[in-house]
Amino acid sequence: MAEAGAAIALDGVRFAWPGRGGFRLTVPHLAVARGERLLLVGPSGCGKSTLLNLLCGTLSPTAGRIALLGRELTGMAGPARDAFRAEHIGVIFQMFNLVPYLSVLDNVLLPLRFAPGRRARAAAAAGSAAAEAIRLLERLGLDRTKVRHEARAATLSVGQQQRVAAARALLGRPEIVVADEPTSSLDRAHQLSFLELLAQELAAGGGTLVMVSHDPSLAARFDRTLELPTVATIEPGLPAHT
Amino acid sequence: MSLLRLASASLLNRWPVALLTALAIALSVTLLLGVERIRSGARDSFVGTVAGTDLIVGARGGALNLLLYSVFRIGNPTNNITWASYQDIAAHPDVAWIVPLSLGDSHFGFRVLGTNDDYFRHYRYRDGQPLRFAAGGPFTDLFDAVLGSEVAARLGYDLGREIVVAHGLGREGFARHDDKPFRVAGILERTGTPVDRTVHVSLEAIEAIHVDWQGGAPVPGRRVSAEAVRAMELRPRAVTAALVGLQSRLATFRVQRFVNEYRQEPLLAILPGATLQELWAILGTAEQALSAVTVMVVATALLGMVTMTLASLAERRREMAILRSVGASPRTILGLLTAEALLLGLAGTALGVLLLYGAQLALQPVIDSRYGLYLAIGAPSRRELAMLAGVVLAGTLAGLIPAWRAYRMSVADGMTVRT
Ligand SMILES: Nc1ncnc2c1ncn2[C@@H]1O[C@H](COP(=O)(O)OP(=O)(O)O)[C@@H](O)[C@H]1O
Ligand SMILES: [Mg+2]
Repeated sequence: MAEAGAAIALDGVRFAWPGRGGFRLTVPHLAVARGERLLLVGPSGCGKSTLLNLLCGTLSPTAGRIALLGRELTGMAGPARDAFRAEHIGVIFQMFNLVPYLSVLDNVLLPLRFAPGRRARAAAAAGSAAAEAIRLLERLGLDRTKVRHEARAATLSVGQQQRVAAARALLGRPEIVVADEPTSSLDRAHQLSFLELLAQELAAGGGTLVMVSHDPSLAARFDRTLELPTVATIEPGLPAHT
Repeated sequence: MSLLRLASASLLNRWPVALLTALAIALSVTLLLGVERIRSGARDSFVGTVAGTDLIVGARGGALNLLLYSVFRIGNPTNNITWASYQDIAAHPDVAWIVPLSLGDSHFGFRVLGTNDDYFRHYRYRDGQPLRFAAGGPFTDLFDAVLGSEVAARLGYDLGREIVVAHGLGREGFARHDDKPFRVAGILERTGTPVDRTVHVSLEAIEAIHVDWQGGAPVPGRRVSAEAVRAMELRPRAVTAALVGLQSRLATFRVQRFVNEYRQEPLLAILPGATLQELWAILGTAEQALSAVTVMVVATALLGMVTMTLASLAERRREMAILRSVGASPRTILGLLTAEALLLGLAGTALGVLLLYGAQLALQPVIDSRYGLYLAIGAPSRRELAMLAGVVLAGTLAGLIPAWRAYRMSVADGMTVRT
C-alpha cells in the first residue's frame, strides 16, 4: 500500500543473497515521504547496503513491491530500472566513489550519459551541464583554486573525493539521493560540513535523502531515524560469508 | 561520455599492460601479414618471371622440371633439343619469336645462359616490362657477356671486365674455360627475377668454349685458341630449352600439340602459367601449414588479451559498481569491456601494420638481394584488409569472454562490492 506521493515505498519485500545459508532480509513496510531526510542506522552486516541496492534497483527482491516516486520499480525490466536509477537517483558510497581514470569533471558528469532528462535539467540550470557541474563543485568547496577539475579523480584526497561524489549525486537534481555511509571515512569536522552541504543542496531542490550509517549521533541532522533491525527481519547468513 | 571514450580512458589507465597486449597482437599481425606478403610476393614474382612467354619448349620430361630449370634456373635439364628441332619449331607459322636457352656452365655460382640478342628483345617480366641495360648493350663480339644486375653488384664487375666461365655448376668449378675469357659488354637493370642472377653469353660462345671439350673435360692435346675459334664457323648443336612467343594466343594449343607430337625427338611444350598452377598445388600444403601457424600466433595473442582482461576484473569490480550506481546496466558493462577489446584489437592491428611497413622498408633490400624476392611496399590488398578485419573481429569476439564474466559479476554484485 504505497502512500500516494511517497518518494519511496516498500511492501512485503524479501531478499536473500544466493547460496544456502545466505543472508535474508524481509521488510514488511517502509515509506519515505518526498523531501524527507531519513537516517537508517544499524550494526555492520545488518543489511543496510543490501536494502539500498534494492531501493536503487541494482538488486531485485524475490517477493514484494518497491515503488519510487509513484512508479513500481519491481515491475520494470532490468534496463528500465537502470534507466530509472540514472534519471531519479543520486548515489554516494562510503569510499571509492569515483572512476579513478576519469577527471573530476567527467566523474561528476558521468550519470548524464545514462540520463537524458537529468542532462537537460542540469544544462537548463546553468547554461550547460558542465557549468552546472562546476557550480556544484564550487558549492561543495571544490573551486578551481583547490582542485583542478581536469585532474584524475584518483589524485584527490578522500574528503575531496566524497565531495565530488556528492556533486555527482546532486547534478541534474535527482529526486532521491541515496548515501551509504558517505561520511564514515571523514573526520568529524568534515563529516558535519559534508552533511551540511548535502542537506542544503538537497533542500534547494526538494530532494529526498536516504542515508545509511552505523553512527546514530548524526540523527540530529535528519527528519527521522530508523534502526534497520526494527523495520526489517534479518536472518543472518552463516558466518563464513563475510 | 561515449562508451568508446570510457573504454579508451580505462585502457590508458592501465597503459603498460594494455600496450604490451596490443604489442603482442601487433607482432602477430605483422607475422600474419608478413607471411601473406611473402606468399603472394613469391607467387607474383614467379608469375612475373614468365610474363611474356606463351610456351616453353624442352626435352620431354617433367613439365615442372622444365619450367624450373629453364626460367628459374633451379635444377638441371635431363636432355637437350637438337638445333634442327629448334629450327623446325622456329619455322612454325604460328611462332612469332623464339629464344634459345643453353644452360650448363656457371660463374662463381651464377648460371651462365647461352642465348642470342632476341632474348633481350623478347623476354618480358612482371607486367610486360622488357629488359633494359643499365650499362653497355647486347653481344657485339663472340666473347661478350651480359650480366644480370645482381651478378654485377655482388661480384663488383664493371663493363670491360674479363671473366672466366666454369664448366658445370660447381662453385669452384675445377674445369674452367680459362683459355677463352669473356668480356663484360652489358649490365642489365634490376628485374627482381632470376635474370638478375644470370650471366648471359651468346649461343656461339657456348659452342666456342666447348669446341675442344668432350664429355665434360678438355680433350687432351687438342687446344683451340680463342683466336682460332673466332675464325671457325660456330653452329650450335643443341639448346637446353626455348622460350616461344606466338602470333596469337589462340594458336597456343596448336603449337603445343605440334611440339608434343614432334616425330624426330621427344619434346615437351608447356604453358608456363598452367605449370605454375601445378607448383602452387604442391606448395599449397606447406603454405597452408605456414598460414595455420600464423593464425595460431594471432590466436595466442588474443588469448593473452583475454587473460589480461580476466585478471584485471577483480580489481575493477569497484569501478563497475560505480558505473552501476550512476545508471549503467550490466549490458553497458558488457559493452564497455567489449569496446576495450575492440580498441585493443584496432590498436594492435594498426600497430602491426605499421611494424610490417617498417620491417618491409628495412628488410626489403635484404630480402630482395638475398632471396631474389621483390616485395612491393603498397597499400594493403583486399585480402589483407579482410585479414585485418578478421583479427579485429576475432579480438572483439574473444573480448566477449571477460565481458560476459563482468556482466555476470555486475548482475550479482549490484552496486556493492564485498571486500
Ligand atoms: N555480494 C554478496 N553476496 C552474498 N552475500 C552478501 C553479498 N553482499 C553482502 N552479503 C551479505 O549480506 C549481509 C548484509 O550485508 P550488507 O548489506 O553489506 O550489510 P551492511 O551494509 O549493513 O554492513 C552480510 O551478511 C553479507 O554477508
Ligand atoms: Mg554496508
